[in-house]
Amino acid sequence: MKTLLLTLIISFWAYPCFAGTDEEKGLQIMQEVDRRDAGFGNSRADVKMILKSSSSGEETLRLLRMDTLEVAGDGNKGLSIFDSPRDVKGTAFLSFTHALEPDEQWLYLPALKRVKRISSSNKSGPFVGSEFAFEDLTSFEVPKYKYKYLRDEKVNDQDCFVIELYPQYEESGYTRQISWIDKERYIPLKVEYYDRKDALLKTLEFKGYRQYLNQYWRADEMLMTNHQTGKSTTLLSENFKFRTGLTVRDFDQNTLQRAR
Amino acid sequence: MLASFVSRRRWWIISLTLFIIFSSSAGIKNLNFNNDYRAYFSQENPQLQAFEAIQKTYNKSDNILFILKPAGGNVFDPMVLQAIYQLTTKAWQLPFSSRVDSLTNFQHTVADGDELLVADLVHDPASLTQEQIRSIKQVALNEPMLVDRVISKSGHVSGVNVTVQLPEKNLKETVEVVNQARQLAWDIEGAYPEIKVYLSGVVMMSNAFVESALNDSKTLIPVMYAIVLAVALLSLRSFSAVFGVVLLILFSITAALGVFSWFGGVLTGTSAVSPTIILTIAVADSIHLLANMLHYMRIGYRKRKAIRRSLRANFQPILLTNLTTMVGFITMNFSDAPPLRDLGNISALGVAFACMLTIFFLPALMSVLPVKVKVKLKSKDEQNLSNLNRLSLFVIRHRKVLLTANALIAIFVTSFASMNELNDDFVKYFDETVDFRRATDFLNENMGGIDSIEFSIHAGEEGGINEPDFLQKLERFSLWLKQQPEVKNVNIITDIFKRLNKNMHGDDPAWYKLPDQRDLAAQYLLTYEMSLPYGLDLNNQINVDKSATRVIVTLGKLNSNQILAVESRFNEWLRQNMPEAKTEAASTSLMFAHIGKRNSENMILGSSFELGVISFILIVAFRSLRLGLISLIPNLVPMGVAFGIWGLIDGQISLGISVVASITFGIVVDDTVHFISKYRRARVELRKPSPVAVYYASSSAGEALWITTMILVSGFIVLSFSHFTVNSGMGLLSAITISIGLFMDMLFLPPLLMLLDKK
Repeated sequence: MKTLLLTLIISFWAYPCFAGTDEEKGLQIMQEVDRRDAGFGNSRADVKMILKSSSSGEETLRLLRMDTLEVAGDGNKGLSIFDSPRDVKGTAFLSFTHALEPDEQWLYLPALKRVKRISSSNKSGPFVGSEFAFEDLTSFEVPKYKYKYLRDEKVNDQDCFVIELYPQYEESGYTRQISWIDKERYIPLKVEYYDRKDALLKTLEFKGYRQYLNQYWRADEMLMTNHQTGKSTTLLSENFKFRTGLTVRDFDQNTLQRAR
Repeated sequence: MLASFVSRRRWWIISLTLFIIFSSSAGIKNLNFNNDYRAYFSQENPQLQAFEAIQKTYNKSDNILFILKPAGGNVFDPMVLQAIYQLTTKAWQLPFSSRVDSLTNFQHTVADGDELLVADLVHDPASLTQEQIRSIKQVALNEPMLVDRVISKSGHVSGVNVTVQLPEKNLKETVEVVNQARQLAWDIEGAYPEIKVYLSGVVMMSNAFVESALNDSKTLIPVMYAIVLAVALLSLRSFSAVFGVVLLILFSITAALGVFSWFGGVLTGTSAVSPTIILTIAVADSIHLLANMLHYMRIGYRKRKAIRRSLRANFQPILLTNLTTMVGFITMNFSDAPPLRDLGNISALGVAFACMLTIFFLPALMSVLPVKVKVKLKSKDEQNLSNLNRLSLFVIRHRKVLLTANALIAIFVTSFASMNELNDDFVKYFDETVDFRRATDFLNENMGGIDSIEFSIHAGEEGGINEPDFLQKLERFSLWLKQQPEVKNVNIITDIFKRLNKNMHGDDPAWYKLPDQRDLAAQYLLTYEMSLPYGLDLNNQINVDKSATRVIVTLGKLNSNQILAVESRFNEWLRQNMPEAKTEAASTSLMFAHIGKRNSENMILGSSFELGVISFILIVAFRSLRLGLISLIPNLVPMGVAFGIWGLIDGQISLGISVVASITFGIVVDDTVHFISKYRRARVELRKPSPVAVYYASSSAGEALWITTMILVSGFIVLSFSHFTVNSGMGLLSAITISIGLFMDMLFLPPLLMLLDKK
């Protein structure tokens, strides 16, 4: 009896109990998602993007290295360096993402040997011609959305919370997203994106999650399928490294030119 | 034997018929309309294949184009810009829309220090100063991507182009988009009464195909029924008989459409005409039989006996004429356009049903229905007959003059057939009462037209479009294209590269030129791509691995021959100047421009096949090679004469016209069959000399020929009132051909028989 009570207490503790309206419940779940991913500091990964055209079967590759710096209380800073295609090798993309303010972005063009700042109204636009929009790739911050818990549902035999997210930042390409959050690990397994006319536009599936530093889950594979054009992009991440000693100075437009 | 079987087993026949008809007709409930204009092209059509290949590589280009015409004649006005802005924003909400291009959301690029600003050309129209409007006008009217695409050269008309990606899962998709687009246009007109909004584009065209077919069925079919009922009542003067005719028509139509639907068929604007055609032919069949039956009853036969006699006399000609008519319709399967094949097949099915019903069901039905006639010794029929007799005596007397005169007239009129030319201008498929036609005519007169040619030009390797050499050649192509008188706008990436190069050098106009390094070009493009918002990316101009680019050339108002000429001139330039590059050309305009030629070639083959089959049928039926061959002459002559007349009155051979020869040949032959079968009976069975046989034939078959021809001609004339010119042209030319057919059977066939069938 004692053991049972203990188990119950422990499980209540480990398994936060969400109460209130669906909106509050949704918010609480996503706060938990945010809380569990907090504190990773910085990370590096090698990323391979495979862009597929629906019916013609054409396929093309983009290789890049992505560095991320966690910024407490704001969006993360990111630096992506292109290795392929050949013509854009060495191009570096620096971004300071923010929750509700427009992001700040710079691009270093090696052929021009110049840093160019680029517009911030592109959040909804495709990232290097892929099916991922900028807003799909920037870090998750709680104030970016309003939430609503919808239901519980299984994805690949995993119990999930199904949460609806309504973007609060300007110039989003979506009316809403529906996210399937793993009840056990508090990570998204699937996201559906609804366009400006509220029609299903894309589905993102996360595959091959791995845990780093005993806490942080990262997916080896993210597959984004556009239902309206039939095109898809697979984003494969390799060689995840955490707390590699990156600092704010590595995410600076002055050092951008030196990034290789 | 057949006649007595039908009258003995009448109840059995009636039940079996009802069973067959109702089970066939049940398919109708699944019958649907296909409102994709691509339905007019077969899967094997090379232009359709090329077009689909381009659409797979780049995004689809199905579109709705809103054209705004401000009363003040100036688009650069705060109120008008506000309207365009609002329309642009709302257009994103249209179902299946994937991209909206307008003056206000054009992604204007400017340099600001080291920043590349990429933003909507007009973002806050409510608070624009005169100064800002002037600068917007300056940018818009100098931007090659905009002029004659979304803004007219003089700035008096502007367009909002909405690209839609139809999932093609549901036939109602087009209707859904169109309804909402119309609602949006009305909303804008309501909010801005000084602005008139027109709707054009490929989606509106697809919709017009179906809408005009539905309008036809609302207006033309009732007229058709009225005419048929009137003719049937006048010629039969018996309610039971008319009831039989109506039943037979309904049954033939529903059964044919039902069977078509069982086989998975879907209707189009053209195949939807088939009920009118079936109606016309079914009524002709039944009138032959009933008129004859009533004739016997009026001269004193009892009903049963009258039915038997009529069936015996008409069985062979009805079978034969329906067979040749069916051959004519089946020949339409040679056509390259599936809707025309469907039209042929549904009509052939309808004719088959009508034939079966006339032989079995109609006599059975008549034998159970009360039929009352006044028995008269000298009926009005005979009054008519004597008119015909007088005509026939005239023909016999003046046979030599008639023969020569007719031959000369025929040759003379036929010679004008050379004035016809192939032309499938899809805008002209609709007459001026159709909204799409008016909108598109307005577009053609005020901005770039609806016709375009798309080129996919391959650089040969991944990222190859950034190669300076490739870009230079592309630029030369662009400059050359812009000099061509037919070209209104060229949408090409070199214009983007030049603009970016200028922006990257602090907007210095001296740098408005192509980048001269491959990696530089690629990095410009990357910068630009990374700055574009949702839906306005470059996927519609560049393929995924940047090895090929799409060039869209918007053309002015051209007919299909001019489009073909332009296409070959463009391709020739590419062959001479970019021989190493693989290029493909395709577009909706090209598909229609080519289909006329393809279809006509196929139909010429089809008609030769038809001629062979029908000659064979006639030779076997008349058991005479000579009669069979003679009978072809009065049937070929009407084709030539009708196309000669067409050359004088219209001269454009479009999709609908190209099948007229096949349809009418099978029908025109019918009159000849009736005439010659009576003639042959007089010659062979009664052993009369040729002139006496001619007299006999015209007195016994003449009346039915006149009545049925009148019905057929009125049926096709009704069709010629369609606002869909594919159908109206087909109707008018068929009516002309069939009328001439009767004329020839009365005035040319008899002299010919008397000349060639002497012994």
